[in-house]
Amino acid sequence: MAQITPGQAYGFFTDTSVCIGCKACEVACKTWNELPANEPVFGDGYDNTGRLDAQNWRHVQFIDNVPDKSLGTGQGKAWLMMSDVCKHCQHASCMDVCPTGAIIRTEFDSVYIQPDVCNGCRNCIAACPYDVISQDEDKGVAQKCTLCYDRLQGGMEPACAKACPTESIQFGPVEELQRAARQRVTDLHEQGVPEARLYGDDSSIYGGLNAFFLLMDEPEAYHLPNKENAVRPGRNNAGGYLGALGTAVLAVLGGLIALRRRREPAAETPSGADTTSPPSPETEAGED
Amino acid sequence: MLLADEAQHFVRAPDWTWYILFYFFLAGLSGGSYVIATLFRLRGGRSDEPAARLGYYVAFLALLLCPILLTLDLGKPLRFWHMMWNTTPGDAGLTLKYWSPMSVGVWALVVFGAFATVSFVEALVRDQKIRLPLARRAVRLLDGTLGKVVITVGAVFGLFIAGYTGVLLAVSNQPVWSDTWALGGLFLASGLSGSAALLLFLLRYRPEAEASADTLIISERLYALLELALIVVFVLTLIPAGALGIAFGFPWILLWLVAFAGLAPGIGGLLTARLAVTGEGVAVPVHSGSVATSVATSRPKSVATSVAIPGLVLLGVLALRAAVIFSIQ
Repeated sequence: MAQITPGQAYGFFTDTSVCIGCKACEVACKTWNELPANEPVFGDGYDNTGRLDAQNWRHVQFIDNVPDKSLGTGQGKAWLMMSDVCKHCQHASCMDVCPTGAIIRTEFDSVYIQPDVCNGCRNCIAACPYDVISQDEDKGVAQKCTLCYDRLQGGMEPACAKACPTESIQFGPVEELQRAARQRVTDLHEQGVPEARLYGDDSSIYGGLNAFFLLMDEPEAYHLPNKENAVRPGRNNAGGYLGALGTAVLAVLGGLIALRRRREPAAETPSGADTTSPPSPETEAGED
Repeated sequence: MLLADEAQHFVRAPDWTWYILFYFFLAGLSGGSYVIATLFRLRGGRSDEPAARLGYYVAFLALLLCPILLTLDLGKPLRFWHMMWNTTPGDAGLTLKYWSPMSVGVWALVVFGAFATVSFVEALVRDQKIRLPLARRAVRLLDGTLGKVVITVGAVFGLFIAGYTGVLLAVSNQPVWSDTWALGGLFLASGLSGSAALLLFLLRYRPEAEASADTLIISERLYALLELALIVVFVLTLIPAGALGIAFGFPWILLWLVAFAGLAPGIGGLLTARLAVTGEGVAVPVHSGSVATSVATSRPKSVATSVAIPGLVLLGVLALRAAVIFSIQ
């Protein structure tokens, strides 16, 4: 691994075609970042991590498509494995909505939640389209993958990439990784694996993902939004406020109508106390 | 498999639950009451002034709880001030992100809080609950144009506070919330109808404000109509996103039924009496025709009606927000 220099964009290229589901990345991540272990779960599959959250910053997804009958070679499609992680988006939804400024872009171009600044409002959780962030129950703040910020500052690659035995997780400068990934997908296509595709290597998904993937199926199969659905929360600002503004105008109008309507019949009442003149503050004060 | 044209969401719910529900509820009532009070004072007759003051009391008291609820909801409540002051090392300072409704909302709450407090104190002084000469002199400053400007600006912030909570939900990637642009308007309309109902109920304890009852009744009808229209828009925007089943599925449909029940008095009144206050067929707690006469002595409707109807409307306001908040979490 070449020297890690601040000012350059670093990230992961996770090549799911060679992931064997060993979870070394999960273990290495937990060990380095001192994340609490999970309760043992013995469910229907090999996934006893569940999902990314405050204490799981790498999660190996096991997507079981094994057919009931043998259909020949599966080409790695029957059972998809993918080590999921924070994507460190160029246009990060979490960063968009964070009201405290706790979520920053570091000198390595990663998206980092400062635990000392976050106050646990959970707006980033509502915004993240990848279900990456959750609130740490003990610390009370939002947590996710830091791209091993402390290791990068010490010139070391992230723990998960270091531990991955098949180089499914590759760490490096994003541009280098993109080049390698495009070569890899070309190679796979030539080898007769047409389903291989890249996700997030270009700007079509959230302006580009610093942690991007080679997938063996549609993004949706991995619980990743496709190009059409990869949208930022801020898209609803204009429409939401305009809708509220239109309502506000109509509501004020309604209030005025109600005031006028009332005054007409009221004027017919014998007392006629309801004059049409607005309250005179002078007399008001005088009454006081 | 998912339909191609449906909006797909692979998100986690933010666990905004009871604190946030009641904050949304109170923010709607606070902002809505301030707006109604301001309309009374600026465009109403002199007899509407007691109701205007009542509105300012409600706006302030409802708002008091809001920051407490919001703070308690935080994972780190003692860091509530981080919403306004960014403590990032080397980048510390005031923080406002106009593209984040939560950030804008915090500042709007602070500003609206100032207006609500001023109007609250002003109402207390004018009602002679505060008799300090200094306070009276200060309030006299608000007699002229300045007072009108203050309550007008305050009302704009009141409208914002009542409505922005819906925009906050929409500015996310959550199903339902981010699939529609109607939530801001919907929360505003329901906050206003709830405020009108609440003020109508509180008239029981402020007989001198009874003259404004008819206006509140008609306002409540119009706000209910506005709210119903926005629920229709909400539904229409959810259909292409394929999110209708999430928002209206069981058990949330029960909450929606409560919300619709809360609309019933207003919509029913509109259907039977349109904009007139007849006292017939409409379950309104006021005897019309003698509005300006001493209504306090001639309350024709039962206590049950005058409590139950506003109660139902307020329950509907709460249920609407609960359905929107909880159905996706």
